[in-house]
Amino acid sequence: MIGLQWEIIIIAILAAITCAILGVFLVLRKMSMTSDAISHAILPGIAIGFLITGTINSPLLIILAALMGLLTVAMTEAVTSTRLVKEDAATGLVFPALFSIGVILISKYASNIHIDTDSVLLGEIAFAPFDRLVIRGVDIGPKSFWVLGTTILLNLLFVLVFFKELKLSTFDSNLAATFGFMPILLNYMLMGLVSITIVSSFEAVGVILVIALLIAPAATSYLLNDNLKNMITLSVIFGIISALAGYWIARWLDASIAGMMATVSGLIFFLVYLLAPGQGLVASVRRRQRQKLEFAQMTLAMHIYNHSDDSENIEERMKGKLGYHLGWSVSYIEKIVKRSQNSGIITVKDDLISITSKGIGFVEAANMLISSKYHPSFQRLRNEFIIFTGN
Amino acid sequence: MEFIIEILSDYTTRTIALGTSLLGLISGLMGTWAVLRRQSLLGDAVAHASLPGIALAFLITGVKNSLFFFIGAAIAGWIATAWVSNITRNTKIKTDTALAIAIALFFGFGMVLITFIQRTPNANQGGLESFLFGQAATLLREDILIMAITAAITIIIVLLLWKEFKLLAFDPQHAHTTGVNIKVLDIILNSLIVIAIVIGLQSVGVVLMSAMLIAPAAAARQWTDRLGAMAILASLFGLLSGIAGTGISSFAPLLPTGPLIVLVSIFIVTISFLFAPKRGLVAQYTLKQKSKKRIALDSMLINLFEICCQHSDPQHLHSVNILKPMPDYNKATIKKLSEQGLITLTKQKEWCLTEKGITNARRIIKNGGSS
Repeated sequence: MIGLQWEIIIIAILAAITCAILGVFLVLRKMSMTSDAISHAILPGIAIGFLITGTINSPLLIILAALMGLLTVAMTEAVTSTRLVKEDAATGLVFPALFSIGVILISKYASNIHIDTDSVLLGEIAFAPFDRLVIRGVDIGPKSFWVLGTTILLNLLFVLVFFKELKLSTFDSNLAATFGFMPILLNYMLMGLVSITIVSSFEAVGVILVIALLIAPAATSYLLNDNLKNMITLSVIFGIISALAGYWIARWLDASIAGMMATVSGLIFFLVYLLAPGQGLVASVRRRQRQKLEFAQMTLAMHIYNHSDDSENIEERMKGKLGYHLGWSVSYIEKIVKRSQNSGIITVKDDLISITSKGIGFVEAANMLISSKYHPSFQRLRNEFIIFTGN
Repeated sequence: MEFIIEILSDYTTRTIALGTSLLGLISGLMGTWAVLRRQSLLGDAVAHASLPGIALAFLITGVKNSLFFFIGAAIAGWIATAWVSNITRNTKIKTDTALAIAIALFFGFGMVLITFIQRTPNANQGGLESFLFGQAATLLREDILIMAITAAITIIIVLLLWKEFKLLAFDPQHAHTTGVNIKVLDIILNSLIVIAIVIGLQSVGVVLMSAMLIAPAAAARQWTDRLGAMAILASLFGLLSGIAGTGISSFAPLLPTGPLIVLVSIFIVTISFLFAPKRGLVAQYTLKQKSKKRIALDSMLINLFEICCQHSDPQHLHSVNILKPMPDYNKATIKKLSEQGLITLTKQKEWCLTEKGITNARRIIKNGGSS
């Protein structure tokens, strides 16, 4: 028997895992908002299921809600195919309609009972362990363990069996169709599983925040690599981290667990977005700065090179006069000259700048590059530019 | 009829109806731009994202004041817009994913803040939850005043920048070449859309507000091809949804107003999709049937003409029976042709083309279709 707190944590982790697996495909297929629409639109399914069975834990709810998810996808496609509105507007019309019906059903018929809109929307993970699965008098753990565990198995099975088909239909739907992979059927299977995943996790995080666990970890791992298998693994890891960190911070601050899990998953995305190598904001700002510096150094080298034999206009090479000739500020000249000196493309003696043989090499290569874009020296120059920064 | 009288007679209902019609008007107007620029789902993200703004405004000021809520919501919504455009510009992440993450992060954070507020000993916090699904009953006179002023400013800006917005919506590249600063315009237009959303939050709620942006505009689009007419119609549809939704909810006080207003607007969309002239599905279907029939008549006429050409006398009488093996033979088509005076049918079930029929057939063959 494990403690109540650990049971909550395990439920959160299971929900994060099951969401993170499918999320990768949603992000890659540009269907993130479709999953948002599904997560809203399953509400009437849950409400009707509850009204029929009187309980929120019946398997009927999962089936109804999954059907509702498929209905959302089908309805959106039907509205889009009339070509009266674009796809984004179609999505934006279908799910509010279904969600409104769900809210009205719940507030009208179920306002005094166990189910209320808040718990469906935001989840009650803290109460999830109290709902236990008892078979022949033996308590075999919280029901959520079994529901989420089954969903994980289903999702894993789906991804493993159809990995090739999913991969191809995600990246080239037309080619998949010509191979007879039936991308449309596959899409509906995926959407069906997304719906099941959303229903089985909604107890933990609620229908609105389930989108956080679906999309944020997958998008984060997409920022970091391009390999589908690695993306799934990384997405699961980010999902688990979000669940764990979210839970502990929420406990520490005594705040909404689901809300904190969503916040953390969003913040992790934000951090990676800032700091990721290559795609990250900091990296791209630095890259742009480096390009600017390299360009300035090249401009300086060319300027000196063009005037190296020009003994009549020797002032063109005077450091003090560069501001006039190149339109740079004094501090900027100082910076560029220093960097160029460090990388050994110029030398400075008594304020007079001369170009070194290394510098001449660069300028000639650059001139060649300008005159013929496809010259082999292009590649060489690109490699050599890094030396320019002086690092 | 009855509830219109009730709305007009009762002070509270009148205030609420005024508020919801204002929200409908502005969301219809701004939704026109959002729908045309394919930004429908941005509204969803902005609406969800405004929740932490509202909560923070309450946490900082400690009072439930609509003006602070408006400002907080607008700032948060605006940050969400900036976040989405920033991420899509700088990384390979697509708009839909950026929107979804914005919803997750902002809404999740909003929920965290609301749990904080619930623990503060401030008895005044009840109103915050109504921002989830909207409770128009909480609208006060001051709220209406703020809404009306914001709405008026929005309308004035839209009218002043009408031509520029139009260019931006339909041909931003051309707008750019004519020297219009599209970056600034884009920011202004997005800010106005954010404001339209924020105005509606108290009555419709953060979860459903995006529908109010999309539905009236999507409905209006079906009735006209002109931007001005579309904007006016969308505003009217929005206004109608607001009033009707409030009217219905005044009979069912347990139901949140938001879903009711949204359902009315979706109903208007459905009617428009079905019955709008020209674009509507019914109109499209009748047009299709009509042209199908016309094509059947034309092709039959050409077939008959070809038979006649094989005979030295073009008006020689042939038996109807020889037509029966033809794949597109149809009794009704033959009858229709004779009704239009293109062929003569005798009592002995024989037919020949009339002069008019021959000219028509020749024209169809020449032009590739009849007029």
